[in-house]
Amino acid sequence: MPALAATTIRAGRRLLSSLPVLFGVLVFTFILMRVLPGDPAVFFASGPNAGKEEIEVIRKQMGLNKPVPEQLLLYLYDVGRGNLGRSMMTGQLVTKDLRERLPASLELTLAALLIALLSAIPLGVLAALRPGSLIDHGVRLFCALGVCVPTFVSGLLLIYVFYYLLGVAPDPTGRVDIFASLPPSRTGFLLIDFLLAGDIEGWWAAFRQLILPAASMALFVLAPLARITRASMLVALGSDFVRTARSLGLPWRQIVVTYSLRNAILPVITIAGIVFSTMLGANVLVEKVFSWPGVASYALDALLSSDYAPVQGFVLVMASVFVIVNLLVDILYGIADPRVTIA
Amino acid sequence: MTSATLRHAGWILRGNPLTGVAAAGIFFLTFVAIFGSWLVPYDPIVSDVAHSLMPPSAAHLAGTDQLGRDVFSRLVVAARLDLAIAVSAVGISFALGAVIGAVCGYTGGRLDRAVGRFVDVLMAFPLFVLAMAMVAALGNRIENIIIATAIINLPFYIRFARAEVNVRRNLGWVEAARACGDSHLSVVLRFLLPNVMPAMAVQMSLNLGWAILNAAGLSFIGLGVKPPTPEWGIMVAEGARFISTGKWWLVACPGLALMLTVLCFNLLGDGVRDILDPRMRT
Repeated sequence: MPALAATTIRAGRRLLSSLPVLFGVLVFTFILMRVLPGDPAVFFASGPNAGKEEIEVIRKQMGLNKPVPEQLLLYLYDVGRGNLGRSMMTGQLVTKDLRERLPASLELTLAALLIALLSAIPLGVLAALRPGSLIDHGVRLFCALGVCVPTFVSGLLLIYVFYYLLGVAPDPTGRVDIFASLPPSRTGFLLIDFLLAGDIEGWWAAFRQLILPAASMALFVLAPLARITRASMLVALGSDFVRTARSLGLPWRQIVVTYSLRNAILPVITIAGIVFSTMLGANVLVEKVFSWPGVASYALDALLSSDYAPVQGFVLVMASVFVIVNLLVDILYGIADPRVTIA
Repeated sequence: MTSATLRHAGWILRGNPLTGVAAAGIFFLTFVAIFGSWLVPYDPIVSDVAHSLMPPSAAHLAGTDQLGRDVFSRLVVAARLDLAIAVSAVGISFALGAVIGAVCGYTGGRLDRAVGRFVDVLMAFPLFVLAMAMVAALGNRIENIIIATAIINLPFYIRFARAEVNVRRNLGWVEAARACGDSHLSVVLRFLLPNVMPAMAVQMSLNLGWAILNAAGLSFIGLGVKPPTPEWGIMVAEGARFISTGKWWLVACPGLALMLTVLCFNLLGDGVRDILDPRMRT
């Protein structure tokens, strides 16, 4: 399969070329946390009135008495060995905390992306099929309003409507009911774990918890996706091959879905990648609103109690996820449009 | 502004009356931000526990919060702070980004590549997360919210100014300026920068709404603005505790203020783009 090989080579090359950026991210996080004001040794000391000697000892333990470049090397060495330090809040290794919480965040973000794509693409297609119609204007209005409502406000209003007024949503805190039994953790994604355990009732409960936070996140990113779908569908529908397909009398479905959408999907993939990065940021807000036990709320708690190791770890993980997502987008791009691999 | 530009603007406004509405909205907001604190019916800070958590009524247009403070007064007073944060953040990134980008685009070479790498690194972070980390590192104060918002906007302005200057640097009029004995600095400042300003201004007005959302998000998670200071983000955060008992106005009113403000800036940005840069019309 030459196409597969070409894709692999491209992905490898992209991964290599993103290494300098990842390195830059490492250095930048380091500088952000160490060189700027705020002495971690003071935070790690027993209390606000810790003696000067105690702080000095801690400083030595943490290697903060060494020159900055040497500290950077030590830090890189630590990160290379997978050691991101220890959280003061939980007393656990940051890597362990992050590993426990990352699936919750990813499950939420991916669910939101799925909802956004599943609603944005049909909306965009509908708007493009009838430009200037009521649907088109409706979609445009919805998009214009959607980007203006902050995720935390839409999340809270969803809670008000579906939990308080209608009573159809469960208590908006966390991933599962406190008294519910958890499935054996295989992937960390509750929806998949429940399915694997064959627990349909549990799956439904977890799904109901997930749907509101995911929807409020999806609402925010729906606009760019729907807009780009509409724009690129308009281009595809106006192209020569669609006119040819029409004149050949091909079924409408085939023209729209098989030919137009297939060609219009490329820019949508690009925007989906960018949108994903926005969602990683929006995670912080949504996880706070819904008390979602993910990495973002963990980092936020750490941040507010001046516990810097988790924040540093979180920023690193987010940047790495972002690089991986960009890579995936690139691979998807190659699959969706074989011409890209040749170029 | 020549009469042709004005006529063009008038034509755009007729085709898209929303731009005029948005401009009026921004004008109104600015008025509220400047004079609002003298016009409000209640003191935004003083609590009145006897009248706490009251729904909207004639006496309290947007209800009262858990300490009995009038939500409407707080909304009005908060406009100044919210706008000030967004405008100064975008202003800083505009000024810095224009200069850095223009110098990079004009000189090219090693400096250009170094700055380009730095911009790549900045953009490799989810931007909200980066702002969060920066506020944490710099200290939890309003100035740092502004700095963080300015820095996460900076890459876009640098790239934009760089690209715009780069395509113009070998044009005839630049060469003519050089031949007349203008220094490189003077060419950049007097000829290139004024030329890229209109496009940058469009970018800026499109950016303001985003900056407001960003700053409100940061204060919503407890960074920057401290209670009891009235600010839209923190008002939502305080109201969040009462949403599951049905006190909707504490969230919906500041939320609506945020939404309308951002909407005005976005619509105005689109309109300004149509007027200043017809090539980018959608």
